[in-house]
Amino acid sequence: MKVAITSTGQSLESKLDQRFGRCAFFVIYDTETGGVEILPNPNKDAEEGAGPASVQLVASKEVKKIVSGEFGVKIKSLLDSLKIQMVVYKEPEKTVKSVIEMLNNQKINK
Amino acid sequence: MKIAVASGKGGTGKTFVATNLFNVLSRRGEDVTLTDCDAEAPDDLIFFRAEKTNETEVDHRVPVINKDACTWCGRCSRWCNYNAIFYLQAAKVIEVIENLCHGCGACTFACNSGAITEKPVVLGTVTKFRTEGGSPVVEARMKVNEMSPVRVIKAAIKESGESGVIILDAPPGTSCPFIQTVDKADYVVLVTEPTPFGLSDLRQSVDTLREMKKEPAVIINRSDIGDRGVFEYLRKENIPLLAEIKYDPAIARTYSEGRLVTDEIPALSSLFEELVEKILDGHGTGSYKR
Amino acid sequence: MELAVISGKGGTGKSSVTAAFATIGERLVVADCDVDAANLYLIFNPENNTEQVYVGGHKAVVDHTLCTVCGICESYCRFDAITEIDNRIIISETSCDGCFFCSRICPMNAIAMVRSNRSRMYSGSFRNGMMVYGHLAPGEENSGKLVSMVRDEGKRVATEHVMNTILLDGPPGIGCPVISTVTGADKIIIVTEPTMSGLEDLKRVFEVAQKFTGEAGIIINKYDLNEAMADRIEGWCAARGSTLLGRLPYDRRVTEAMVAGKSVTEMFPEAEISNILIKIWNKLITNGKE
Ligand code: SF4
Ligand code: SF4
Repeated sequence: MKVAITSTGQSLESKLDQRFGRCAFFVIYDTETGGVEILPNPNKDAEEGAGPASVQLVASKEVKKIVSGEFGVKIKSLLDSLKIQMVVYKEPEKTVKSVIEMLNNQKINK
Repeated sequence: MKIAVASGKGGTGKTFVATNLFNVLSRRGEDVTLTDCDAEAPDDLIFFRAEKTNETEVDHRVPVINKDACTWCGRCSRWCNYNAIFYLQAAKVIEVIENLCHGCGACTFACNSGAITEKPVVLGTVTKFRTEGGSPVVEARMKVNEMSPVRVIKAAIKESGESGVIILDAPPGTSCPFIQTVDKADYVVLVTEPTPFGLSDLRQSVDTLREMKKEPAVIINRSDIGDRGVFEYLRKENIPLLAEIKYDPAIARTYSEGRLVTDEIPALSSLFEELVEKILDGHGTGSYKR
Repeated sequence: MELAVISGKGGTGKSSVTAAFATIGERLVVADCDVDAANLYLIFNPENNTEQVYVGGHKAVVDHTLCTVCGICESYCRFDAITEIDNRIIISETSCDGCFFCSRICPMNAIAMVRSNRSRMYSGSFRNGMMVYGHLAPGEENSGKLVSMVRDEGKRVATEHVMNTILLDGPPGIGCPVISTVTGADKIIIVTEPTMSGLEDLKRVFEVAQKFTGEAGIIINKYDLNEAMADRIEGWCAARGSTLLGRLPYDRRVTEAMVAGKSVTEMFPEAEISNILIKIWNKLITNGKE
């Protein structure tokens, strides 16, 4: 399963970005293969609708779960309808790597 | 002639000035219209007994996508600058997020498959009233949960016509809604109060107006509170001071109950009579322009 | 915890209330979300400011050397921003919505979309914590994006300086900037005043607050200007089951404190209004319920 993690930088040592729609980077992690893809977020500076546009981006990567600090109201229903799970993780000091470790240990679910 | 009554900061008494100016002109038998452009918080009508004469809805057109005709090219989504079309080719999902749509029409044009039609979505209303004195009041009212009042304001100004004196009660701030209102005005009156907050907002309003090549005149409300900063600023910037209105609990009370001081307090009635003269004269001779 | 102070209508004393809250208890982050008329910095004089450029919306600009005045853009623009005057295409900066439509369909590729970079965001420290505020350049559209940026920075600063409370001073109105301020905030405080218009605007802003958050508490400022109206507002709150956080008396010392660059609780800690404000604040941050 692919998971998108919002990141403040382009390495696994970067901290988790607390914003979803306007995060700096998306780290797409594949829990089965361990593969990692890092995408800059083109919607970072969008005037409006950064949230839906970012959903569009990660959904097109067939992501089934997203880990971020917070999600807008508009996003929640959209993600529900696409059956993508939201994981709200308000830990701005955690690195992307530690989130991946938690995913591997199944420590993160809801 | 259109006179905009504005204040960078809300609550300085802009509605108070606009409604009383209108009242004085109206009872003199002048051809006058009051247009409430504060579409997010329209309050002018509270002060008048008035009868509704006309109401129009202001809408914009948002796309409706026919999935059967859609060829999943994604052009509409790419053309939309507001991310209002959610599109996932693989999952065959295409959805208009009406909340984000500005009704620009780009997507309809972009679609080569005839999959997009449009429907109206109401943004607010423009309502016309006639007061007991016989003068019209036009109210712009944005619907709750809409994002921007600009279209409703524009429609209300249009509805107010061109005849006689039109008083525009402008929205607070210095961004789009304010600009749209003062842009149409021949004369701008800024209402402020002599406090540091008042001065900071006044400065921003004056800078904005000057960028638009407009020179405002100022009314200082509650002129005996606060400090002298605003007075000094006006002197330095050569901005005419039209009137000073002192703080008076009787004014606050009359206003709070939705009544007009020009009907109830003789001193204020004459103050506003004078103010009307000044504004009409000032405009006539262009003396406010330096 | 993020607490947002809003008011629906301007000038109810929202910023003075925020200023008091910000100086009562432990160190916190204050974020001024009224980017259109920011003025809390006048009381807090933030130091060691860092400045960030806020890139605003797009505006269409014509290159007259390429334009053949075919008029296609004019006929498609739904914001009435394009007119042909003396055989020249003129795009009104104030009306342009930045939708890109004209630039996409211009057969001569003569229209460019340009972003404004005149707005700023600042953050610095003040005597009781950190302060973040935005300054929207005159006439720019307040889409709420700068507000979001101010809030994000507020959160970042709070984490960096290990502060638990973020206090947001919201803009007037009920549109986009307000929605951006309250969405996801933990608590909303609405400051109203005992006037007819105060109640009307309270009703509208309350509807918005309810949609985007759980809790909204109400403060009636200057209640003694019209106690009957204050009672009416209280009745309205009770009927709605919403929390009345308290009533504040009118006190000129609020303005005096502002002139001195202080909050009323700092300068006149023994005043009745200060006592009430302190009580309300303590209740708010200890999650106390009545
Ligand atoms: S009308 Fe304009 S804003 Fe609305 S969906 Fe179409 S392209 Fe987007
Ligand atoms: S442009 Fe038309 S055909 Fe293409 S995705 Fe949009 S609706 Fe479908």
